[in-house]
Amino acid sequence: MNNSKHIDWKKYAIVFAITGAIFSTALYASNYFNNKRIYEIKRIQDSISTSILSSETQFSLLSELSCKDVGSSVLSDELNSLAERIEFSAQNLGAENKEVIELKKFYSLLEIKDYILMKRISERCGKKFMFAFYFYGNEKNCQDCQKTSLVLTYLREKYPALRVYSFDYNLDLSAVKTLATIFKIKEPLPIVVIGDETINGFKDKEEMEKILQKIYPKETKEALDLLKTKSATTTEKK
Amino acid sequence: MDAVLQGISYTFIFFTLYFEVFLLISFFEGRKKEEVADDYTPPVTVIVPCFNEETTVLGTVESILNLEYPKENLHIMVVDDGSTDGTLKALEVYKNHPMIEVHTKENGGKFTVLNYAIENAKTDFVGCLDADSFVMPDALLRIMRKFKNPVTMAVTPSTVIHKPKNILQKMQKAEYEYGNLLRRILSIIDAVHITPGPFSFFRKEVFTKIGLFKHAHNTEDMEIAMRMQKHGLKIENADGALVYTVGPETIKKLYKQRVRWTSGFLGNLIDYKEMVFNKKYGDLGVFILPIAVVGLFVTLIFLVSNLIRFIQSLVDHILKWKTVGISMPQFGNFEWFFLNTNTISILGLLLFFMTLFIVTYASKFTNGKWRFSIDALYFILLYSLIAPFWLIKSVYNNLVGKHAPWR
Repeated sequence: MNNSKHIDWKKYAIVFAITGAIFSTALYASNYFNNKRIYEIKRIQDSISTSILSSETQFSLLSELSCKDVGSSVLSDELNSLAERIEFSAQNLGAENKEVIELKKFYSLLEIKDYILMKRISERCGKKFMFAFYFYGNEKNCQDCQKTSLVLTYLREKYPALRVYSFDYNLDLSAVKTLATIFKIKEPLPIVVIGDETINGFKDKEEMEKILQKIYPKETKEALDLLKTKSATTTEKK
Repeated sequence: MDAVLQGISYTFIFFTLYFEVFLLISFFEGRKKEEVADDYTPPVTVIVPCFNEETTVLGTVESILNLEYPKENLHIMVVDDGSTDGTLKALEVYKNHPMIEVHTKENGGKFTVLNYAIENAKTDFVGCLDADSFVMPDALLRIMRKFKNPVTMAVTPSTVIHKPKNILQKMQKAEYEYGNLLRRILSIIDAVHITPGPFSFFRKEVFTKIGLFKHAHNTEDMEIAMRMQKHGLKIENADGALVYTVGPETIKKLYKQRVRWTSGFLGNLIDYKEMVFNKKYGDLGVFILPIAVVGLFVTLIFLVSNLIRFIQSLVDHILKWKTVGISMPQFGNFEWFFLNTNTISILGLLLFFMTLFIVTYASKFTNGKWRFSIDALYFILLYSLIAPFWLIKSVYNNLVGKHAPWR
């Protein structure tokens, strides 16, 4: 019995071409969205950088004359939102992605500039800020870094005046390296610097909060009082 | 690790997409060639195997008696496989019925019943209807039309789940409809490799040419189809020849049934391994059988990799929970920026909608009406959650050479 059947190889090729086309479309769409994201990050960076520059210029112009308007352009929320976006992109595109590294570098510079400006504002105008510097490693299995990030996010939410500046210790950027030298940061990571205190390794949220309250007693008390008033108003409304 | 998981996902999606595009193209290609045949009503024997089926057997016989088919050419052979309940007694009502013969034999399993009946049948065409199924009146006419073509050696029907009650049965309803469309497409490319137990019909000469049914890992309906394909005997599909059957209503029963089917499928595939990647057997050899094997393993690996991902995200959540306590996710501030738009997610979404389209079309193909049914979602979402269990068990069974019981 002759069993051989006809095979339409052309159909297989057509199916392959169609499947390939679907794959390419998905790749293209994904790329398109990624580019749009990077564009948005750059736009936010530009806007922050302009704001910082504007604040700096304003500050230099007015010097000690008036502290009234300075600080209204302080962009803590924007910086945080930028950080979230860069982190998301790093997860999506990979931490080794060139664009992501460049974005991170620029972000680190913005953080340092923001810190310098905030420090001057807080010194000269008596505005109250709390600063925390957080140096993390890029190794995937740095579970303590992951946990420290979570604790700092928690504290930032509880104390809105706390400005957390996080830096990738391994980032090849001289400004970050200088900062690390100033704070005498050496591996192992994570390391958090609050005021004069250098905290090595992971500390849970209670411990970290105690340190913060020790360094900034007045500021933390104010924040907690505000929190109490807010929750009291909410309960009353209910 | 991430790169490996990603590679697995890409492979899985590519295979599935390729398969679905192949099905769609073959289907629309085949539709152009379709022609309506005239009625063909030669003498035919419908075998009803029964084992302890006193409550359902009469209904099954009645549904055969109600078939739109010349009565003089319709013969019913009820074969009792050594029932221990009142099946034989119930069948006494047909004692003097001109169209019905009742036989009884020692218990030996379904394939022995079929062989017994084939050997005793006097017609050139035989088919079987299990005692838990029943047929639409025009089903046999639709099937026999296909035999007008002298090269057609077997014809398969469309199987439908009768009155699905729970989610599990509704899921099976969509699955059966999908199966009907799939069988139709497979018949277009001459690659049908299962002749479902209920209401598949054969020319009797098939059995003289290639032998009778075998035990075949308790899946004789797969084995006979594979053997027919191996000998180049054509299997056709009759759309609209509806056979109603009852799907298992509990997870446990469904699991048992599927372990039997999948183990049997794998067992038969191993027995007929020379057909896999063999272009002598056309699309069945070079594509359908290989993709069934590769697909099975890719699916298993894909599911395991998804499990790893799930565990990873669970670990992250537990870490967060242990570090800062439980916090409610915030839904208020949705931003497009955080939408997952990586290639795999986009492809996954495309695949989902394509599968949804095919399953919905399959329902239209079986029932004749376009209607979106939630059953399709049950099938796509639920099936992928529970199928891995019987897949793993079946692969295990085949590795250790264990046989699943057929009841």
